[in-house]
Amino acid sequence: MASVSEFAHSEAEVHEEHGHPTGWRRYLFSTNHKDIGTLYLVLAICAGIIGMLLSIAIRAELMFPGAHVFPVLSAILDGDGSHDAGKNLYNVFFSAHAVIMIFFMVMPAMMGGFGNWFVPLLIGAPDMAFPRLNNLSFWLLVAGFVMAMISMFVDGSPGFKGFGGGWVLYPPMASTVGTPGPAADFFILSFHLAGMASIIGAINFIATIFNMRAPGMTMFRMPLFVWSVLVTAFLLLLALPVLAGALTMLLTDRNFHTTFFEPSGGGDPILYQHIFWFFGHPEVYILIIPGFGMISQVVATFAKKPVFGYAGMVYAMLAIGLLGFMVWAHHMFTTGMSLAAQRYFVFATMVIAVPTGVKVFSWIATMWGGSISLRPPMLWAIGFIFVFTVGGVTGVVLANAAIDRYVHDTYYVVAHFHYVMSLGAVFSIFAGFYYWFPKMTGYLYDERLAKWHFWVSFVGINLTFFPQHFLGFQGMPRRTIDYADAYWLWNFVSSIGAYISGAGTLVFLYLIYEAFKAKRAAPANPWGPGATTLEWSVPSPAPFHTWETPPHIPGYDEHGAEPVVAAPGSAH
Amino acid sequence: MNAPHDDLARRNRQFALGGVAFVVGMLALAYAAVPFYSAFCRATGYGGTPQIAKADARTEGRRTLRVAFDTNVAPGLAWSFEPETDSVVVRTGKTATVFFRARNLSDQPTAANATFNVTPEVSGAWFDKIQCFCFSEQHLGPHESAEWPVVFFLDPKLETDESMARVDSITLSYTLFAAPPDRGDSRERPGPAG
Repeated sequence: MASVSEFAHSEAEVHEEHGHPTGWRRYLFSTNHKDIGTLYLVLAICAGIIGMLLSIAIRAELMFPGAHVFPVLSAILDGDGSHDAGKNLYNVFFSAHAVIMIFFMVMPAMMGGFGNWFVPLLIGAPDMAFPRLNNLSFWLLVAGFVMAMISMFVDGSPGFKGFGGGWVLYPPMASTVGTPGPAADFFILSFHLAGMASIIGAINFIATIFNMRAPGMTMFRMPLFVWSVLVTAFLLLLALPVLAGALTMLLTDRNFHTTFFEPSGGGDPILYQHIFWFFGHPEVYILIIPGFGMISQVVATFAKKPVFGYAGMVYAMLAIGLLGFMVWAHHMFTTGMSLAAQRYFVFATMVIAVPTGVKVFSWIATMWGGSISLRPPMLWAIGFIFVFTVGGVTGVVLANAAIDRYVHDTYYVVAHFHYVMSLGAVFSIFAGFYYWFPKMTGYLYDERLAKWHFWVSFVGINLTFFPQHFLGFQGMPRRTIDYADAYWLWNFVSSIGAYISGAGTLVFLYLIYEAFKAKRAAPANPWGPGATTLEWSVPSPAPFHTWETPPHIPGYDEHGAEPVVAAPGSAH
Repeated sequence: MNAPHDDLARRNRQFALGGVAFVVGMLALAYAAVPFYSAFCRATGYGGTPQIAKADARTEGRRTLRVAFDTNVAPGLAWSFEPETDSVVVRTGKTATVFFRARNLSDQPTAANATFNVTPEVSGAWFDKIQCFCFSEQHLGPHESAEWPVVFFLDPKLETDESMARVDSITLSYTLFAAPPDRGDSRERPGPAG
């Protein structure tokens, strides 16, 4: 975007005297986009660790046939070591794993963390449009996280604790039939709070991006991460109220005798699935689109080339966002749809492969002929392109109603969505993390450790999820604690992979510790000539206040006229 | 410096209000999905919702299909409930009448509603009921029993639906639920099938 400008350097000194709260007040009452971004990242890391521990427990259970880990865990946690209590706890674990990873790890990291930190920096705005709402957004999310945690320790299904109905909360499992206890209510309220937080955040991003761009930062000169956040904000605004509606209906069904999803009163549980997936499918794009933006910027930086097909990338994100709302029933092929409806949803789903393909090929074309340096962010970005493509291809396979009927609710589906989410989204988060870490903290991390983190995670996580394709095609159902002995081998391999990626996370945590301990000061731009976006023109760590004087955007005529030379996209 | 700042605050407020309006609109649409879905099911037979017909079919078709009956009583209702026959074989377009026997096993007068649907669900569009006890709430005195007729036909147009080409048996299923005690007598039940 803009080349490194001299306009920004005095920012820190100018605002030194204009003090801000310190200690815990600085964070609790924070209205600063960078501090709030940091809070989101800390929450994401904490939630990510909890979510990963849950998944390691799941993989430990599935390492061998027969239920032997969860009854023990249940005996420790709840004093009930029976087989059924173990099964219930397993269900509670995978449900909590999904919710924590989706709502409290990926979304806070991408939108809350990197979005807050870098959207204002990248468009030359001094802060977000509504700094106080930004604070509210974060603490609502924390409250939601606490609700989700509480849910695991209160009564759920008869005789057991916690909610075990999966993140989808389908009735009747999530209605009073399957879960009479308050665990499901806590789960629902957790979603409500997290959703409210995201809606407020989305409005904030939209107002910021439309109103607060520096003069000369036209829409089509915004870095792709800003575009991706904008598209995601609109998806959030469209999708989350629908989830809130469905969950409120479920909540009133549970507590106030409405019958939205209750057949005895004329309701239909299938209706819940329709409303849920109308939210749920866009939700998966909410989880990945900010990643697209980060990957584009990282690839451009380390290939030292502008993004190939900038406008195409923007339109591809818009198209993916729009199409995301028209394909929801491909999650419901087995609920009894007419052939015509199945045909529509198959083809509409496959159409999404086109804009996604545009993105993948544009990333490759950006690298093509570039002067590539394989620094850690770039490793994660290339890793992302690989795993996301694998996940995308299995998505096209699953889009076929006929094949879906065969592998529905098997480990094939588990492998597919972990390839796009657990590998794709998470790899893009790490790409962004290693890209912006010096800017956020002012310290350089040990690149050797970062590369170790990448390779250990890459091997571990592929080893975890690739064999699950085989298990799925062999018919192993998901969401069960036990399996037939014939599935043992690949489950064993998968569990070993999970332990390896767990070790990768330890490397990651040590890397952060080491970077903060060693205190190697980072220059304003540690990545060289490829890093052309505005955040690299401010010192590292980015000062508390930035762009109170709007930055100079090259090619922009100071008198306010639009530049004549720069064509859309050439600016990147 | 002040004027542009006020202007920015105003524009930000506009975006916030727009965003909130948008969110409220989407929330309203989520609720609007409930009556819409119900109407959609009744209109298209989605979810195995049978159609309601006023009169017999005008034409007779060529295929014959087996129609099986399934009856259930939800917990909390002390009634017995079964069809007089497990299944009938009908030609498309021919009207059939089947009786269902219900008996109140308790010492109290009780009322019940029946939810209904057909499987495979795609056959809902072609399953036309002319008369059914499920159209209204049913009342039975202590130990009273009743025989309820269901009059239906299969729409001959199902022969043109390729989804139905390999379907030769349809199951009509009912579940009786205890009616809410405080409700008045026989109300229409326009809700979708269960």
